[in-house]
Amino acid sequence: MRKLLVTLLASAALAAPALAQEHPEVPSVKWSFNGPFGSYDYASAQRGFQVYKEVCSNCHGMKLLSYRDLTGIGLNAEQVKAIAADVTVPGGTNDAGEPVDRPGTAADRFKAPFPNDKAARAANGGALPPDQSLIIKARENGPNYVHALLNGYVDPPAGTVVPAGQYYNEYFPGHYLAMPQPLHDGQVDYVDGTKATVEQMSKDVVQFLTWASEPNMERRKQLGVKVVLFLALMTGLTYGVKRKVWKDLH
Amino acid sequence: MAGLHKSTYQNPVINWIDTRLPLFTMMQKEYGSFPTPKNFNYFWNFGALATVNLIIMIATGVFLAMNYSANTGLAFDSVERIMRDVNYGWLLRYAHANGASMFFIVVYIHIFRALYYGSYKAPREILFMLGVVIFLLMMATAFMGYVLPWGQMSYWGATVITNLFSAIPLVGDSIVTLLWGGFSVDNPTLNRFFALHYLLPFMIFGVVFLHVVALHITGSNNPLGIDVKSPQDTIPFHPYYTTKDSVGLCVYLLVFALLVFFLPNLLGDPDNYITANPLVTPAHIAPEWYFRPYYAMLRAVEWKLGGVMVMFASILVLFFLPWLDTSPVRSTRFRPMYKPFVALLVVSFFALLYVGGKPPEGAYVVIGRVATAYWFLHFLVVLPILGKIERPLPLPESISNPVLRARPPFSGGGGGPLPQGAAAKPMDRA
Repeated sequence: MRKLLVTLLASAALAAPALAQEHPEVPSVKWSFNGPFGSYDYASAQRGFQVYKEVCSNCHGMKLLSYRDLTGIGLNAEQVKAIAADVTVPGGTNDAGEPVDRPGTAADRFKAPFPNDKAARAANGGALPPDQSLIIKARENGPNYVHALLNGYVDPPAGTVVPAGQYYNEYFPGHYLAMPQPLHDGQVDYVDGTKATVEQMSKDVVQFLTWASEPNMERRKQLGVKVVLFLALMTGLTYGVKRKVWKDLH
Repeated sequence: MAGLHKSTYQNPVINWIDTRLPLFTMMQKEYGSFPTPKNFNYFWNFGALATVNLIIMIATGVFLAMNYSANTGLAFDSVERIMRDVNYGWLLRYAHANGASMFFIVVYIHIFRALYYGSYKAPREILFMLGVVIFLLMMATAFMGYVLPWGQMSYWGATVITNLFSAIPLVGDSIVTLLWGGFSVDNPTLNRFFALHYLLPFMIFGVVFLHVVALHITGSNNPLGIDVKSPQDTIPFHPYYTTKDSVGLCVYLLVFALLVFFLPNLLGDPDNYITANPLVTPAHIAPEWYFRPYYAMLRAVEWKLGGVMVMFASILVLFFLPWLDTSPVRSTRFRPMYKPFVALLVVSFFALLYVGGKPPEGAYVVIGRVATAYWFLHFLVVLPILGKIERPLPLPESISNPVLRARPPFSGGGGGPLPQGAAAKPMDRA
């Protein structure tokens, strides 16, 4: 039996290195939203929205978000209306039954970059740019992974032949992806004057995307603190009551 | 025997109701004055916790169902609408998803309690078997519930697991077609899984009721595993165990709250935040953590039908547990030889749980096979043999007199301690 145990432990120890990843470890960033009291950095998320709007949204949709949701990163109703009004969306039909367009409203979903998946593939060398609404939650270690990916475009190791239409990324599983490096220094002009380095933009866009994946995180954590404090108190009280009730028992 | 109940309640309204439908008398008898062994430890909280968990699952589930669409085109987005736009929808959904994990944690501890303290032995065989039925229903419910959000892991998990039935000779393929409602996992599958996911919890509730009835007939086991011998051994359920269960309940809710509010996606798979896509297979298909031990057993055997049989047998073997264990002593406390084997069973369980989430290659396969082999060895070989050769420790005289029988041999009278030579066959069997 002891032999069995030893075998079990030994094989567990052997297993770990054998399955090590060939990708470098994703660096951990100190995000403002980490930890039980973490919250979103609205200024950063707003900059991130600017990056999304000017860069990412050319290929990636966010179909689960509406413009009205943007009040969640500190934009006011007027700003949201203005952002929404910038896009044109199908507006049903007119009295003659002909389809018409209208400016977007806060209630509209983010406008998709392509009318359908086939159009998206056709424009991207056969690859479908994934929707970004949940991208952070849909990846292991999401915030750090997306951040690493955006900074992970390096020269391929000597001797590697990158297939046509593909690009080399340190962190992408299999290394080759159809998305060329999306961010370059100075690519956007931040309204708040922050210097738009790749590192800065990637952090901002991750801040924005994390909020988009989990817009209720702050409310969840705030309620959680109250619930946990209440339950801790209740545990103490209940234990006291139990002790008192059981005291006379021998 | 028809006739009005003679109620002793003073309050005229309660008395009037109790005379016609003696619910108050019944509750008082079964949960108020119900004589309960006085020596429970906190392991005995987990039955009550499982009941509370079932109620939480049904309550959150009903409200989720009000906002969910069981249609492949709508399901994923309807779940996200719950997360984003429904008032406290995120709380309902995270509580329901993590509630499933909590349910399995609680039930696994509950089952371990039964194994360690021999709660399955006479006269509690039916009580235990009803518990195994509940566990099987729970697994079916959890499996179908996981399909409903229609993410990648929902879809591929459903595909892999339903496909297992195709291993059954002759009728396998027809069964799979019947499960799917077509020729692949698709809208009819989602629709019927939703219907069944809503139905099964109420069936669980019914079996839980029988489980509790059976418990109240046999009475509870206890950490010493010996029978209640006199009223001194018991205390009324209320207030003693209502207060003790409340302590456990608070701690349980605390753990539950930490998961829901601070780590809601810890136990989930990121792939399930990607909409189901029949054309893209995820790199690793792994079930939720609570199914991984059985998934590991399934993969431990290369022959498909064999793997399926091993997987189902790993749980069905529990139905025979009351007869496979030949030891007359219930509690492992008094079974020195058995104790390390229980530990080994727990190690195997966790090893399988770990391996079930890893790709089936290299050392994982070896660990999975060794642990699977031990799982069956434990129940089919160790338990039957050990009961015959083991010499249990002397049992205490009674619950209220938990002094071990460390007296000199041949000093006991009627019902007293056994001579040491006879300790291998204690007369503690009811």
